[in-house]
Amino acid sequence: MAFLRNLTRGLRGLFRKESVEHELDEELREFLDNSVAEKMRAGMTREQARRAAKMELGGMEAVKEKMRAATWESWIEAFWCDVRFAFRLLRFNAIFAITAILSLALGIGANTAIFQLIDAVRLRTLPVHKPQEIARVKIEGRHGAGGTFSSRYPDLTYALWEQIRNQQEGFSTMFAWAPAQFNISPGGEVHHVQGLWVSGEFFSTLGVEPALGRLLSPEDDRAGCGSAGAVISDSFWHREYGGERAVLGQNLVVNRHPIPIIGITPADFYGVEVGRYFDIALPVCAEPHLNGENSQLQSRIAWWLSVMGRLKPGWSVERAGAQLRAISPAIFEAAVPAEFNPEGAKHFLDYKLGAFPGDSGISDLRASYETPLWLLLGLAGLVLLIAASNLGNLMLARASTREKEMAMRMAVGAGRARLIRQLLAESLLLAGIGAVVGTVLARSLSPVLVASMSTENDPLFMNLGTDWRVLGFTAALAVLTCVLFGLAPALRATSVAPGLALKDGAGGLSKRPTRFGLRRVLVVSQIALSLTLLVGALLFARSMNNLAKVDAGFQRDGILVTDIDYTTLKLPNEGRWQFANELLKRVRGIAGVQAAAIAEIVPLSGNGIAHDIFMGDSGAPEGEAPVATFNRVSPDYFRAMRTALLAGRDFDERDAAGSPNVAIVSASFVKQFVKEGNPIGTRFRVRRLNQTSAPFEIVGVVKDTKYDDLREQFQPLVYTAIAQYDHPDADAQILIRSDLSLYGLISSVKSVASEAHPNLDVSFVPFRTMIEDGLLRDRLMARLSGFFGVLAVLLAVIGLYGVISYMVASRRTEIGIRMALGAGQPNIVWLVLREASLLLAIGLSVGTALALVMGRTAMALLFGLKPTDAGTFVMALAVLSIVAVGAAFLPAFRAASVNPMACLRNE
Amino acid sequence: MAEQPAGLVQGTLDMLILKTLDLQPMHGWGIAQRIRQMSGGVFEINPGSLFPAFRRLERAGLLDCEWRISENNRRAKYYSLTKIGRRKLATETREWWRQVAAIGKILESVS
Repeated sequence: MAFLRNLTRGLRGLFRKESVEHELDEELREFLDNSVAEKMRAGMTREQARRAAKMELGGMEAVKEKMRAATWESWIEAFWCDVRFAFRLLRFNAIFAITAILSLALGIGANTAIFQLIDAVRLRTLPVHKPQEIARVKIEGRHGAGGTFSSRYPDLTYALWEQIRNQQEGFSTMFAWAPAQFNISPGGEVHHVQGLWVSGEFFSTLGVEPALGRLLSPEDDRAGCGSAGAVISDSFWHREYGGERAVLGQNLVVNRHPIPIIGITPADFYGVEVGRYFDIALPVCAEPHLNGENSQLQSRIAWWLSVMGRLKPGWSVERAGAQLRAISPAIFEAAVPAEFNPEGAKHFLDYKLGAFPGDSGISDLRASYETPLWLLLGLAGLVLLIAASNLGNLMLARASTREKEMAMRMAVGAGRARLIRQLLAESLLLAGIGAVVGTVLARSLSPVLVASMSTENDPLFMNLGTDWRVLGFTAALAVLTCVLFGLAPALRATSVAPGLALKDGAGGLSKRPTRFGLRRVLVVSQIALSLTLLVGALLFARSMNNLAKVDAGFQRDGILVTDIDYTTLKLPNEGRWQFANELLKRVRGIAGVQAAAIAEIVPLSGNGIAHDIFMGDSGAPEGEAPVATFNRVSPDYFRAMRTALLAGRDFDERDAAGSPNVAIVSASFVKQFVKEGNPIGTRFRVRRLNQTSAPFEIVGVVKDTKYDDLREQFQPLVYTAIAQYDHPDADAQILIRSDLSLYGLISSVKSVASEAHPNLDVSFVPFRTMIEDGLLRDRLMARLSGFFGVLAVLLAVIGLYGVISYMVASRRTEIGIRMALGAGQPNIVWLVLREASLLLAIGLSVGTALALVMGRTAMALLFGLKPTDAGTFVMALAVLSIVAVGAAFLPAFRAASVNPMACLRNE
Repeated sequence: MAEQPAGLVQGTLDMLILKTLDLQPMHGWGIAQRIRQMSGGVFEINPGSLFPAFRRLERAGLLDCEWRISENNRRAKYYSLTKIGRRKLATETREWWRQVAAIGKILESVS
């Protein structure tokens, strides 16, 4: 009750201020009148009585102030008052306010944008029903057993999924899924969209309701279901069909098969993969129908599915994991592929399943971007720190100009706490506006960040909504920066002894030097932090440069990767190479094509083949064997890639089906496997799973090339003749070297392809683009750290300039006297520069130490240089020194050009 | 916090106000007069402390107030005790006597 009354009265005080004030007046006046009346009765005149009564009361306003102070709403009012006052002050100082707000907004905006990404990738839970019940099932610590791996999460095979589904106990329902690219073009140039293979339980387990139509159910997912039905996402529905409701029942073309659309998912559902979205979801059972001979569902060595489930009530992730571990031997026993050799099978049977939390979904972005993002947040945090100390410096400068104002206010009775509160309100206002502008900035920054992590083939999607974590983070930043740049100046400004400050001593020789110390400390820390950022920026820029320049063993420019898919021709195995070779000849015939070749694996594309190697040509291969990577290529491949042939010959027409197996190997292969003697003519055999090939004879040796990744060490690599391969795919990947324009070349290739056959699927990507897509992370780091580095140096230099200018201004008289006594201009310049150099030197040494410590976190992200790279440090030190000394020269010259007489007269 | 008028024991102003209002609702002037009269003119209550004390007690829920017409036909703000105020007065009074008795004993033993 009492609390409620307090609340309502307080609110009345806030919102019906006038009537409350009026009552206050009336009450006091009534008292005063009574008092006057009584004193008149006692014999005073009206005048005397009034005077005496007022003396007793002790000042109407003071009493009223005390009465107001007894209530809680007065705090709010005082605060509001402070804020309004601060606002007025800032309006008078528009340039200061705008500079402060902009620098804070940039700092806070950058931090918020990066944090938003971390939040989206790492911290958020899936937008599905009770996400904490979702867990992921996969093999713990997998190694050894081979097979084919596809999709981003090749956790399990279909046979394993069936076994798990039937034997597990901890989950009420489970589902399997795999991301895939679906071609929705009816023919001609391929048009890929983001697809999902999902088992029938996918939507019901996640608790997703259809926005329209119905979603896939276990009834849709039956073996041999063919073109069962497709569920499309809300965004795809709007993009491709304009949100038309009549879309249900219409046919989609996926990989050239018509499939009816049966339903649409809600707008906020993007699947279980964070950072990605999907356009079309198809039941797993339709996979054999759509992928034909490349079907993964029927192969026991195809790893392509990821499995998740909803835990039964009362089951924890640990308990479900323990149950899975217990039944693992039976599951792997039942799903062991016949194709495995004894070693592979042994590894396979030793595997143990485990359960892992799935409440925040899964994402391969976490492995590749989590460290970079935290590191970027750290860098952005340093920038904000520099911005805040810059602002602190400005505030300190203002504080010293307002010294007299503060002294005056204290002299007339303002409390120190009250003044500090008011100065802090000013800082808080700045930080608050900065945070709001920063949040707005972050909203346009974070999509740019996401876009810079996306490629055409791998578009990212992130739910960047502002949740409580982001809001809390931004608010905390604002308060923290406010305290950082506001508190010290406020304490300083109010620590004056009023009498001393009011005496007009300021500006003279008696300037207290301590007042200046804090600003020096701020500048030193700014220089130190910006050196750290500059070192970081240079490290990442040089690492990126190393990646761009590293010798990959081939020349990246001028190659177009063309994929011509002739699955629809339904050619038998024997006819395929012939057709592909025919296509290749036509492409070579295009005017302006310098070389063209077919390759099974395009280097750095992410695809790869690895087999066991047995040297010699006899004996039963057994046991663990060393592994080499493989590629199957046509003649002219090395000319097209510009990879040097070191010995022997290239493949040619002789190396056809039926002739003896030949191979060309890389220098590393020779080093690891041949060791001594002439490699040409050496023979070896290849084991893939349980099949061992007839012997291959080495006919050539080529230079080492990168295979998976530009960062890797060279691996032993074997090239075999694609014409000799007995299971050719129904597509030809042609690498075309030409100096034609990209557009011209693509249209020529399209026309020769349609001359060969009108019904082919064709897709293109420039080799350079493909490689650059693989360097996205490095480029992002280089760009952002570069941006932060430049920003940091700029802010630090402004800070240094400010402090030196201030120093010069406050020592004007001294300088004047020195000059009057005969000091020349160079002496004065040196006097000022000495001060600046001292600050710079201290800042640089602290910064060097800091950069050495911080560098360790960047170790794994750098290529071709260490975080302690001496050249980088020298460069950063030099750049910062030059810029800083340049900034100090300006005030130094101004100091040296003062007229000594004018100065002294002022005093 | 409100200052105490000279001669008044720390923290007793609130108790005196509550005691004064125990009989009947009163306005500010009346309360000041009554305290002076009851104390035989020993306590001159400074209005600068009295009014903030009213506001504080009111907000704490010990006092209630309403505007009435006073004896000389003017609008005046009358304060009265709430239930909580009455309880508070009782406990404060008890506590006061306990302390006075204790202090008394100490003083007697010393003299």
